[in-house]
Amino acid sequence: MVAEKARVLNMVQAIHEALDLALARDPRVLVFGEDVGRLGGVFRATEGLQAKYGEARVFDTPLAESGILGLAIGLAMGGMRPVAEIQFAGFLYPALDQILSHLGRWRHRSRGRVGLPVVVRAPYGGGVHTPEQHADSPEALLCHTPGVKVVIPASPERAKGLLLAAVEDPDPVFFLEAIKLYRGSRAEVPEGHYTLPLGRARVVREGRHATLIGYGGMVEVMLEAAEVAAREGVEVLVVDLETLVPLDEDTLLEAVRETGRAVVVYEAMRTGGFGAEVAARIAEGAIDHLQAPVVRVAGYDAPYPPFSAIEHHYRPSARRVLAALRRVLTH
Amino acid sequence: MKLKPVAYLSKGDFPLGEGEALALYRAMRRARFFDEKAVTLQRQGRLGVYPPFTGQEAAQVGLALALGEGDWVVPSYRESALLLARGLPIHTLLLYWRAHPAGWRFPEGVRAVNPYIPIATQIPQAVGLALAGRYRGEGWVVAVAIGDGGTSEGDFHEGLNFAAVFRAPVVFLVQNNGYAISVPKEKQMRVDYIARRAEGYGMPGVVVDGNDAAAVYLEARKAVERARKGEGPTLLEALTYRLAPHTTSDDPSRYRTREEEEAWRAQDPILRLRRALEARGLWDEGKEGELLAELEAEFTQELALADAAPEPRPEEIVEHVYAEMGPDQRRAWEALGRGLHLEEAW
Repeated sequence: MVAEKARVLNMVQAIHEALDLALARDPRVLVFGEDVGRLGGVFRATEGLQAKYGEARVFDTPLAESGILGLAIGLAMGGMRPVAEIQFAGFLYPALDQILSHLGRWRHRSRGRVGLPVVVRAPYGGGVHTPEQHADSPEALLCHTPGVKVVIPASPERAKGLLLAAVEDPDPVFFLEAIKLYRGSRAEVPEGHYTLPLGRARVVREGRHATLIGYGGMVEVMLEAAEVAAREGVEVLVVDLETLVPLDEDTLLEAVRETGRAVVVYEAMRTGGFGAEVAARIAEGAIDHLQAPVVRVAGYDAPYPPFSAIEHHYRPSARRVLAALRRVLTH
Repeated sequence: MKLKPVAYLSKGDFPLGEGEALALYRAMRRARFFDEKAVTLQRQGRLGVYPPFTGQEAAQVGLALALGEGDWVVPSYRESALLLARGLPIHTLLLYWRAHPAGWRFPEGVRAVNPYIPIATQIPQAVGLALAGRYRGEGWVVAVAIGDGGTSEGDFHEGLNFAAVFRAPVVFLVQNNGYAISVPKEKQMRVDYIARRAEGYGMPGVVVDGNDAAAVYLEARKAVERARKGEGPTLLEALTYRLAPHTTSDDPSRYRTREEEEAWRAQDPILRLRRALEARGLWDEGKEGELLAELEAEFTQELALADAAPEPRPEEIVEHVYAEMGPDQRRAWEALGRGLHLEEAW
């Protein structure tokens, strides 16, 4: 169901609209976290929602991430649909016990009796000169947790439809929002309620010489690189994975088979990052089509640098993506 | 402020009605019967690792019987007595400790969730479950039980603070059995009573003689009533002792003395209530014999039910990970179902 009218919104506005609609549609939906009430969230994604829906449905919690995740789990057990905000994805670490030991497991542990329709929203990623820990990309930790889904939108209209789908999903969904896209990404967003399916990757640019694969904040970086490559006559296919778990392997492998060359781009540290999983899947499923090794462009095996002057060297750029493309094209 | 454990039976008081007293006794005796059988089954290799609770029946049963039908219990792994007293069928509990999938889905009518293995993680979840009851207008109370060791975990603090802030209808029961596996209370904390911590969160803290079924039951009932009236959570500390090892894999002789165990054995909560009942002519050897025969017959029947559960299928490994299987679970389901995983292993 897609409403006809569309306006240009940034990603924060699109997410705000999705939360507003979710609260309006289903009385079981609750929005909570640190500073989401009166302040409206540090990025203003929940601005005005407490005034509109009351303190019972949109509320501030004490500053305690494990408590927030535990509260969300209990609320979902009791039949509610909690949408928790963790102020930065790098602050999820105190809650990892709740996530790994419980959020992902309750359905399995109870053999289907207790399902947890929880959404955890958290901003992630760098490029906007935040303090230490604020730019972490911990998606691989989450993806390595059976029982949860991990969704990372790359644009405002995708964010709105995917967030509404996440709220309606019967399982726990981590919804990671690239901080750089909050105000940096603008697009036409349909009015009203619509959902986009979880678990599908999408081809955002067609091409036949090489395939770029990434998600979230890296999609615009990949598109920028593809644009530059196009000027030199190199046609690059770009895939936005969008949902990391469950992964749409069919679309991924199909895209790699079409070009025979693949570069995976992600801004977390390289070792054990989600791009390693993507490379492994390509090796398992499309090796016969490969004309070059799969190359990763990622952060370095170091904490995300809190030093703003050199941060841009850590976060993959279009230049680094182009260098990787050159490697796979000249192999 | 001086805290003093609430006690009745040890002082010769008997504040219970006949029906309540007998219900407490029967449920405690039934739980002990289960615990002894479970340890035997484990020794025979017919149950997995099992954490016995013998000695803590008054704390768990006292809490369970203080609850209403619509209330929930959120147990840790040592709360089998709490689960039995809440109505979890014996065969389900046996299958649970056999790690058989059929024992991991508790029947819909039983308002109890599966035991938690990680320590104290259930505390904030219990708070969420309690708030859900408020949102839904069902007003259920959540009773959550934990040991003294669990009070050192951060989740204990976060959960109690959340409960106080949101005035959640929760009763927190700490069974202070003196040991976190082998580490004695003196090496875990620098307070005399854990209930003292309640003041720091902004909720009442009560200490009870945890081997006194009347004390636990009556104080738990007050806490449940408080919660139901919207007055918020209570921290209840029951001073007790696990006469048994931490689990069937543990050897308590390495960290505590026979003298200490004997001293606590003399305060056995079941014997204590039984003597009080006998002194009032409410119980005797004959009734005890009848009860034990009844329990034996029930257990035999329930064990047969557990034994009759079909062998779990390998593909159940990937069942119930998500409401709907994703492509990766589906692939594994098919491979496991066709025995392909065995071929893959060369």
